[in-house]
Amino acid sequence: MPRFGMVIDTRKCVGCQNCVVACQVENDVPHGYCRDWITTEVRGTFPSLMMEIRTERCNHCDNPPCVTCCPTGASHVEGFGHTVQVTANKCIGCKACIAACPYDARYVHPKGYVDKCTFCLHRVKDGKDPACVSVCPTHCMYFGDLDDPKSAVNGLLRTRNFRTLLPEAGTRPRIFYLT
Amino acid sequence: MLEITSTRHNPLIDPHLGVWSWEIPVYLFFGGVVAGMMVLAGLAMLRVARGEDTRSFFSMQTPLLGFVLMNIGMLALLLDLTHRLYVWRVFTTFQVTSPMSWGSWVLIIVYGVLMVSALIRLPDAWPWLGRTAPVLKTWSDAIVARPGWIRTLGWANVGLGIALGIYTGILLNTMVARPLWNSAILGPLFLVSGLSAGVAVMHIAATLLQGRKAPQGMVGGALSAMLQPMGPQHPEKKTAESLVRYDQMFLVAELVFIALLLINLTTTSASHAVAASLITTGAYAPAFWIGVVLVGVLLPLAWQGLELSHKVAHSVVPAVLVLAGGFTLRWVMVNAGQISEITPVLTLGP
Repeated sequence: MPRFGMVIDTRKCVGCQNCVVACQVENDVPHGYCRDWITTEVRGTFPSLMMEIRTERCNHCDNPPCVTCCPTGASHVEGFGHTVQVTANKCIGCKACIAACPYDARYVHPKGYVDKCTFCLHRVKDGKDPACVSVCPTHCMYFGDLDDPKSAVNGLLRTRNFRTLLPEAGTRPRIFYLT
Repeated sequence: MLEITSTRHNPLIDPHLGVWSWEIPVYLFFGGVVAGMMVLAGLAMLRVARGEDTRSFFSMQTPLLGFVLMNIGMLALLLDLTHRLYVWRVFTTFQVTSPMSWGSWVLIIVYGVLMVSALIRLPDAWPWLGRTAPVLKTWSDAIVARPGWIRTLGWANVGLGIALGIYTGILLNTMVARPLWNSAILGPLFLVSGLSAGVAVMHIAATLLQGRKAPQGMVGGALSAMLQPMGPQHPEKKTAESLVRYDQMFLVAELVFIALLLINLTTTSASHAVAASLITTGAYAPAFWIGVVLVGVLLPLAWQGLELSHKVAHSVVPAVLVLAGGFTLRWVMVNAGQISEITPVLTLGP
């Protein structure tokens, strides 16, 4: 069984927001909400500045606090790809998962249930990349099976420096940022 | 200098988390109050079972009033849910790692035990109901005639009260992303605060309408069954004193747990220290120091000390202050906790 993850090259990302719009269109994300977004970090004092741009979303953690706190099992780890998913008709809208997520990757859908990035499992099952990955004009995003030694993501993590977001939260996120 | 910009704009999430409004503090407050009342009622029931204090005021009315207060808390919880029609899903599963799942099942048992406990005195305390449904009288007599049953109910009340009180704190504690909540001391802190608030509610209930003849009708009888000492017999004089003595212990314990919480947070990690500063020096500091520590603990402690040394007359003032402080504690923790966040190590650079 694959264990899907993403590798994002912060040296290539230009913050164009194509991934954000592609996700909103592909997943019919309600107006005013987003499942992925762009974060820009600027460090230093002018003119000595360093900038990092990166696209962020649910990290589909190996140790997901949103799943362990869910009282109904609506938030769960899907067998296919070990991704974190929400079953809308099991969700009661208690919002414990939102409070438990260190990445603030979830939101309450206007219909009442909690919603977030699915890694576009419906596309992945058809052999395609998630919508955000497929539209990236700089090809800074890579999606695949982290456990497969032949996959692009696995290869990049063996050959490049990377970091994850808030590793100190102990969630073991599966989105890796090349630095 | 470090400047972080995000394009994320999700309602209730940005600029900072605010998914829980007034409903959750209200729910946690009433949950805590009922937890405290159950422990007190349970201890009184154990005395009744031993043959001491056979007309204990605590054991008679506490479960009845507790049942009503629990419903107010549960209504607040229901109002907080955004996908309420699916609330039954909680009871089709048991999620062992989820405090909310534990809490949901504990609450079901709490409801059952509260109802059976209330039944002991319900037909006497609410004469209209006793006349309308004589079978309740039969059941209540059956329970009263068996000290073993009352002892079991007493222990069930004590155990469930402690479980409910601790659960309201642990519920927040397990949210790994909000450092202000990451201390298991919240469990015992909310429990002793609930015990203190439970004493306060019983104190107020025992004081209200004292000395008047209890109404016998449907509505008046129902209300007086919760608030008025039963029949011609008032709670004994020493009842008020023993309530206050209990409360002094709980308030001192609360003060100790608050101190431990702050020590725990300020010495754990940078994120926890920053989170603690939200309530010690930040936006929530006035509510915390004045509302929780001064009004909720120190003033009632001093006032009740004067009452016990007979320097001032007994009144409900300290009880009201304790209740105000108990609610403020939950309000501060829920709101400041949501704003607290893990400080990324990288942002700690020069």
